[in-house]
Amino acid sequence: MEFLSTSIGRKIVMAVTGCCMVLFAIVHLLGNSSIFAGAGGINAYAQHLHSLPLPIIMGFRLGLLALLLVHVIFGIQLTIENRAATPQSYAVKATRKATFASENMIWTGLLLLAFIVYHLLQFTLRVTPGLTLTNDVTGHFDVFAMVASSFSGFAGVGIYAAAMVVLFLHLFHGIQSFFQTIGWNNDCTQPVVTKIGNLVALVVFLGFVAIPLSIFFGVLKG
Amino acid sequence: MILDGKCPTGPIQQSWDKHCFDLKLVNPANKRKYNVIVVGTGLAGGAAAASLGELGYNVQAFCYQDSPRRAHSIAAQGGINAAKAYPNDGDSIYRLFYDTIKGGDFRAREADVWRLAQVSNNIIDQCVAQGVPFARDYAGYLDNRSFGGAQVSRTFYARGQTGQQLLLGAYSALSRQIKAGTVTMYNRREMLDLVVVDGVAKGITVRNLVTGEIESYAADAVCLATGGYVNVFYLSTNAMGCSVTANWKAAKKGAFFANPCYTQIHPTCIPQAGDYQSKLTLMSESLRNDGRCWAPKKKEDLGKHPNEIPEEDRDYYLERKYPSFGNLAPRDIASRAAKEQCDDGRGVGPGGRGVYLDFSTAIKRVGADTIKERYGNLFEMYEKITAEDGYKRPMRIYPAPHYAMGGLWVDYNLQSNIPGLFVLGEANFSVHGANRLGASALMQGLADGYFVIPYTIGGYLVGVKPSGTSTEHAEFKKSVEDVNAEQNKLLSINGKKTVSEFMRELGGLMWENCGMARSKESLETNLKKIPALREEFWQNVKVTGTGAEFNQQLENAGRTADFLEFGELLCRDALHREESCGGHFRVEHQYDDGEAKRNDADFCYVGAWEFKGNDKEPELHKEPLKFENVHLAVRSYK
Amino acid sequence: MSAHQDHNTMTINLVVWRQKNANDPGKFENYTVNGITEHHSFLEMLDVLNEDLIKAGKDPVAFDHDCREGICGMCSQVVNGMPHGGQERTTVCQLHMRTFHDGDTIYIEPWRAKAFPIVKDLAVDREALDKIIQAGGYTSCHTGGVADGNAILIAKPIADEAMDAAECIGCGACVAGCPNSAAMLFTGAKVSQLALLPQGKLEAKQRVKNMVNTMKECGFGNCTNHYECQVACPKGINVKFIARMNREYLKAQF
Repeated sequence: MEFLSTSIGRKIVMAVTGCCMVLFAIVHLLGNSSIFAGAGGINAYAQHLHSLPLPIIMGFRLGLLALLLVHVIFGIQLTIENRAATPQSYAVKATRKATFASENMIWTGLLLLAFIVYHLLQFTLRVTPGLTLTNDVTGHFDVFAMVASSFSGFAGVGIYAAAMVVLFLHLFHGIQSFFQTIGWNNDCTQPVVTKIGNLVALVVFLGFVAIPLSIFFGVLKG
Repeated sequence: MILDGKCPTGPIQQSWDKHCFDLKLVNPANKRKYNVIVVGTGLAGGAAAASLGELGYNVQAFCYQDSPRRAHSIAAQGGINAAKAYPNDGDSIYRLFYDTIKGGDFRAREADVWRLAQVSNNIIDQCVAQGVPFARDYAGYLDNRSFGGAQVSRTFYARGQTGQQLLLGAYSALSRQIKAGTVTMYNRREMLDLVVVDGVAKGITVRNLVTGEIESYAADAVCLATGGYVNVFYLSTNAMGCSVTANWKAAKKGAFFANPCYTQIHPTCIPQAGDYQSKLTLMSESLRNDGRCWAPKKKEDLGKHPNEIPEEDRDYYLERKYPSFGNLAPRDIASRAAKEQCDDGRGVGPGGRGVYLDFSTAIKRVGADTIKERYGNLFEMYEKITAEDGYKRPMRIYPAPHYAMGGLWVDYNLQSNIPGLFVLGEANFSVHGANRLGASALMQGLADGYFVIPYTIGGYLVGVKPSGTSTEHAEFKKSVEDVNAEQNKLLSINGKKTVSEFMRELGGLMWENCGMARSKESLETNLKKIPALREEFWQNVKVTGTGAEFNQQLENAGRTADFLEFGELLCRDALHREESCGGHFRVEHQYDDGEAKRNDADFCYVGAWEFKGNDKEPELHKEPLKFENVHLAVRSYK
Repeated sequence: MSAHQDHNTMTINLVVWRQKNANDPGKFENYTVNGITEHHSFLEMLDVLNEDLIKAGKDPVAFDHDCREGICGMCSQVVNGMPHGGQERTTVCQLHMRTFHDGDTIYIEPWRAKAFPIVKDLAVDREALDKIIQAGGYTSCHTGGVADGNAILIAKPIADEAMDAAECIGCGACVAGCPNSAAMLFTGAKVSQLALLPQGKLEAKQRVKNMVNTMKECGFGNCTNHYECQVACPKGINVKFIARMNREYLKAQF
């Protein structure tokens, strides 16, 4: 399909897949914040999710995986093409509008990919060492205990906090980029979109990072 | 020889339509068998190549820049005239015709000018259809502005970049034909010779500027749209690459050069700042719609900040001398008036070569925002070059060479005296007489390219056997040898002076002795000094590098060598024309008040020069000018 | 007048990219030019250097230039890492030496992009930009036989916005400044100009597809929304025209 071979076509696909994943991250964050209601909150939320019919759960998971793969593959492909288009760099580097975030999308993206793999191994497949895997008083799986066990150590929290910084950088450039790539930017919207995008990136960052930190520092107890 | 312009007879209103009908047509199926060369891709060349390609001819187009979009038409700022009469202010084809004839000081051919005025309206329509974003009013209609030399508002514009937008329109049409395969584009090629076979133009010899290779191209007709020659003054508003080379090579092959002494000095340029300066920058004449020209009345005010000079001590010399046209007097008149102020010792800025162009009255009247909207880019440009803010203190301006009304002689069909050689746009001499009105250059370029040559070239080609000559012909071989020989000579001299030093020196002589004011004495001085300088050039020029590479020194050396020959012809023409008219001002021929004194009894003709060799005097041929529709009168803008 | 009597001269150190032709690997050379005043344009400063080089029997620095008034788009120099020297809305030919100081060291490099092979020194081949226009940067109107210029009214804001896009001089600074060597601003400006105007709307879909395809064929990179192109553009063309092209491209799929 011609659309998927051109620069703009693939970027639009990246924008849309990226947007879907940002929306997922926001929903994920909202769901996870049930942890602030204590063990009961997050466990009830987890139980509710798991009670959904299996096809829906698996469909959702496969859908997310597909989004991720498309985003990653196109991202790598476009980056390789971009490197090929610029065979030699300037002796003096003097970028003015580009940011650390915009220039390192491929690296923040790849780090996020690694984090997602780790995150799935830990909380979905539950195969990483040192996890507390028990049932709560109601006889259902105790998500809170698992989460709390993984955030009790410095390394566990450190990985998550660092990953969220990387996510922040990725979204800092990514969200406003979505509006540009999809073609919704104009004189009026661009500054607003950029600000809102940065704000959303910040909120997502603060929201996600609050969970491991509050557990680590003992603010949040079962 | 008395030249015949082959103008149609009968009522002028029907002359072009009648002529079109009388021209024989080329069978559409045969058109692709004809090869046409177009040299230059500005408004005239770009439009011609696109239109001829679209008609089905097999076109080869050439430009020296890296892309056809960069031709110097792009620098025209102010606008393009057309007799649309949208503003309801009394304009008509006849009035545009009349203004152009009068503006040209009665030294242009009536029939050509009529045709120009007639097709001017088609040009606007054509450009709009191409997507040229002309300025519009709030109701969505095309907007107009006024321009020098006219009392109606007939100038269409696209901000301060009208030339750019029109050129990009022509370039887009050309690009479409390149894609369609009807036009083959050759970038970075400079034409260095015209190939004439048995008295008929059959091709060109060019240098590939990247590889240095000398290449031959054959065709059934050659169109030169190679612009003007005012870089002979060294400092001008033309682009650095503009030269007389293509035209001069054609002239050396027998094409007559008409009226070379008609050069236009544009009044609103940014004054020269120093000796190192490489070119002068023009600001659109449209500035004079709102700007008022003045110089201090008293010499002792010269050192003062202009805003400190009281109103009564300012001489608004254009308003004083020409109350009805005021600051909108035609270019030649406005330029000379500025020179007068400076010659009187009241010029401002470095070297006393400048007058003020003051916007304070207009800013008070309409506000700075309106002025900014009208001329913002020009104020920006002025500030970049001078580091002065034109909104806060008057701009300094001084006239600079800008346009060549003279050019290769052509008949009504735009064909030179060499059959098969057509000349378009600024490169020919045809419509502007001795002075061009503002916003008319774009009009002429596009008229010639879109609406004249597509008709008239057919009338010639129909009588020619298609693809009759190949580059294997001995004339092509000889031409390549000649070009190579000249280049090798330039490269082998290895003297002491650089090409720019010679060009600067020639420019100095031309500006000093053959610029805004010319006298018998000054011209005779040049006729002695230029051949001497030329001789020195061929003994002492230093050109580095080789011919077989990208070598800008060699390019410039060739152009300078041609200017050194052509400059002499320009002076000779100026010397022979014992009158003052338009851009040609002979100090011996003026009225008591300093106005130009034309001599219709002896000089109402086109002077076309035939090159006879550098050591021989050129021969003058005349084409008498007849005025049957406009009364030959003293041109007055008072 | 005082501004013009100040003729303090500067000495400038130059580090210039020298490359004989497309196949030569190229390298930097150091030069010193003396006697530069604040009124010298950047190119006039290079003229001074070249006169010195010629007199010394050396090869002068080749650089493209023509109108020297910021409109032809011929100049192609990256000065201290910034296309055209980094002054807002200014081509390198309009950059003046008053923005530099005595003793400054200035790096001068050509546009660097795979799509722009180097011809010599600072001159590059930008035919790729022509190819993009040839792919569709026009309306397919014939010469003659078109409607009156006022037959289709165009609202002033639309005409003005089309003009904003049309100001592009095709210099390629947007590509040179882009970390990915993308030609999105160049292409976006032309696509937008013609998509805004009623005369160009009819062919909008095919145009944007063809031009976008050609961009890739010519070896330009992909846009990652750094917006370096906008600051590099000597005409200040806004990246909103890239957004508009993206929109037009998406619309063209349906």
